[in-house]
Amino acid sequence: MGNKRLKFGIGIGIILVVVAWEAITGFQQSKTYYVTVRELLSGKAARHRVRVGGVVAPGSIDRRNGMVTFRLTQDSDSVPVTYVGTDPLPDTFVGGAQAIAEGDYTADGVFRADHIQAKCASKYQAAPPSPGKKG
Amino acid sequence: MNQLGSIGLIAGFAFALYGSVAGAVGGKLRSLRVTRSAERAVLAFTVMITVAVAALEYLILTDDFHGAYVASHSNRDLPLYYKIPVLWAGQEGSLLFWTWLLSLYSALVVWLNRKKNRQLMPYVVAVLMGTGVFFSLVTLLAANPFSELSLANGAAFRPPDGNGLNPALQYPSMVIHPPMLYLGYVGMVVPYAFAMAALLTRQLGDHWIRATRRWTIVPWMFLGFGICLGGHWAYDVLGWGGYWAWDPVENASLLPWLAGTAFLHSVLVQEKRGMLKVWNIALVMTTFFLSIFGTFLTRSGIVSSVHAFAQSSIGPYFAIFLAIIVFFSLTLLFLRLDALKSENRLDSVISRESGFLFNNWVLMAAVFAVLWGTVFPIISKAVENQTVTVGASFYNKTTVPMGLLLLFLTGAGPLLAWRKTSFQSLKRNFAVPLAAAGVVGITLFFAGIRNLYAWMSLFLSAFVATCVLSEFYRGARTRQKFCRESFIWALYNLTMRNTRRYGGYIVHLGLVLLFVGFSGLAFKSEGKALMQEGDLLRVKNYLLRCESLTSGDTPNYTYLRASLSVLKDGRALGTVEPERRFYKASQQPITHVALRSSLAEDLYTVLAGQDPESGKAVIQVFVNPLVAWVWLGGIVMLLGTLLVLVPSRVDREMDLLQAQPQAAEETQWL
Repeated sequence: MGNKRLKFGIGIGIILVVVAWEAITGFQQSKTYYVTVRELLSGKAARHRVRVGGVVAPGSIDRRNGMVTFRLTQDSDSVPVTYVGTDPLPDTFVGGAQAIAEGDYTADGVFRADHIQAKCASKYQAAPPSPGKKG
Repeated sequence: MNQLGSIGLIAGFAFALYGSVAGAVGGKLRSLRVTRSAERAVLAFTVMITVAVAALEYLILTDDFHGAYVASHSNRDLPLYYKIPVLWAGQEGSLLFWTWLLSLYSALVVWLNRKKNRQLMPYVVAVLMGTGVFFSLVTLLAANPFSELSLANGAAFRPPDGNGLNPALQYPSMVIHPPMLYLGYVGMVVPYAFAMAALLTRQLGDHWIRATRRWTIVPWMFLGFGICLGGHWAYDVLGWGGYWAWDPVENASLLPWLAGTAFLHSVLVQEKRGMLKVWNIALVMTTFFLSIFGTFLTRSGIVSSVHAFAQSSIGPYFAIFLAIIVFFSLTLLFLRLDALKSENRLDSVISRESGFLFNNWVLMAAVFAVLWGTVFPIISKAVENQTVTVGASFYNKTTVPMGLLLLFLTGAGPLLAWRKTSFQSLKRNFAVPLAAAGVVGITLFFAGIRNLYAWMSLFLSAFVATCVLSEFYRGARTRQKFCRESFIWALYNLTMRNTRRYGGYIVHLGLVLLFVGFSGLAFKSEGKALMQEGDLLRVKNYLLRCESLTSGDTPNYTYLRASLSVLKDGRALGTVEPERRFYKASQQPITHVALRSSLAEDLYTVLAGQDPESGKAVIQVFVNPLVAWVWLGGIVMLLGTLLVLVPSRVDREMDLLQAQPQAAEETQWL
């Protein structure tokens, strides 16, 4: 009996250790802080590997030489964002949309985003892209 | 019509309330009369919710934009086949749809059990209708699809044509994806209700498990198929070149599927060996909890996701309902622990039982990892007031090794004997599969595959496929010898005699195909360029040339279309035409992916945008190996599950045998 338990314990132990180790390293690699524009500007939040959420200022989107810059706002606060990612921007990325920019907040006060997600502005109380997955 | 819908909903709520109370009373008093009346309330509930659904569909199909729901989710020019799904395109409608499916399941349960499981039924009805009370109440109070468009409240005008269905949803697999997923989610309430009834009546043999066998497989099948359709939709429509992004909403659908998979396997151990009784009840509870939790997660907007709805008022309702489920389930389980003693102990580490046990451990570890990643933003916000999210690499690092272990068990488990497996039989059963996998593994290595996980996945796929096929082969050979049948006929009879076992093997083969498809992820390549007529783009061994850029107009949308001719290794493969559409009603742009799919690889082209300065199109191209195997795997799993649902010849004999002792048991109880 004891022997059997031991064998089982070893089997499950190995699985747990491997999974835990993978979980920890995966976690360290991929964890990102989520902040609002105001928290980012306050300087207290993390500056690297940050996702900042706000509203794309209408009319601020500037596409030039394959570079896209815009301002991300929260009420009266705003931060300039430069998109340096390779993926094309999502269709929902338009002025007034809620967006999440992922990247680093550089010393010169510009947020360099390598990834942008956007949710359509709620003018039409936007239906989600996939209601089925909601539920 | 709005009034009719509201009346249906209110009456449905009243009948559900009555049904749940009468069910509980009928069970407590053991009164057939009260129980019958509760069952009639279920049917009335179904009729009323059907009236509400019909009313909403009528409003949608007749373009009645007085109601807020129809106005914001439909439009006049929408084709009919996209108008019907408007029912579940938004929060209010989908909650009503959910309630409706629940009512249909409940009515079916009542009807199919009108002569069976009489001692369980009152409580089954009580639990089903308790859930019905919750869903109809939330729909009524917090997300009523029949509320009038309020002119004072934000909306400044009544849209004459409706605001339109989200264009991303105007896609064939999106028409059936939500109903499939919902049928899966909602259906998990039935095994849960039977488990609760078994606990309440202390009927804790494997009777409730036999009674719910199909009731678990059916929603599990729908859920799995729904997840596949969702992946297919994401791949074909969202235009980022993949089918799974570990988005919280996707995770929410995967969680109950994983827990349900664990349950489907562990019930076998209880049936054969009378073990794992507490575990099985706990798994049913977990599966149901995760189904509701998934809804809560995504509908409440508590986890930020591009998919999820904005903050809404239904969150607190779900939180309370979940708390009730947990409290009720755990209390009942705790009170009945004494009646759930295992009849046997584990005899050996290398046995079928322990194979199942490891399978369950791995699946539950995967549930835990995915759940942890999904809710971590909430936890970190609560604990250190910092919202921390985890990305795909967390999920990949944890679930990939678990998936590979699971794949191994898929092949090895069925070859192990119950109780104890001798070394001799191990050698006999594993020699051929290991040899086959070895050949494949070495070939892949020399073909230049150095990605460890992809290599392991393909190696194990060969191993499992050989294991499963050899089971079929050996069974058919034996039959051929003893019954003097032709090989094909023997194979057919073998399968039909025990559909549960051989259907299960076919599901396992589907899983193998799925993993072959997943392996392809390691070998993706992509490229991007600004293109106009005559421009070239090279990706891997493909060369694309932009032949033309055209724009046009349809009643529903305007579009920009790129026509690209494709050369692979210098050989012409025709043209692909990715589009970018701008839907008029909803004022939203969307990409329309153009695909060239084959078993070996997909050429996936996206018109991602247009450069405002030069007018050139942003063309993005992905070469995705083996993706078609994922869809193939999903279809094979579906077919295998359907086969499992066909009654086995063995089963029918067993049912006849067991009818007698069970009848005796029933008279004793009454």
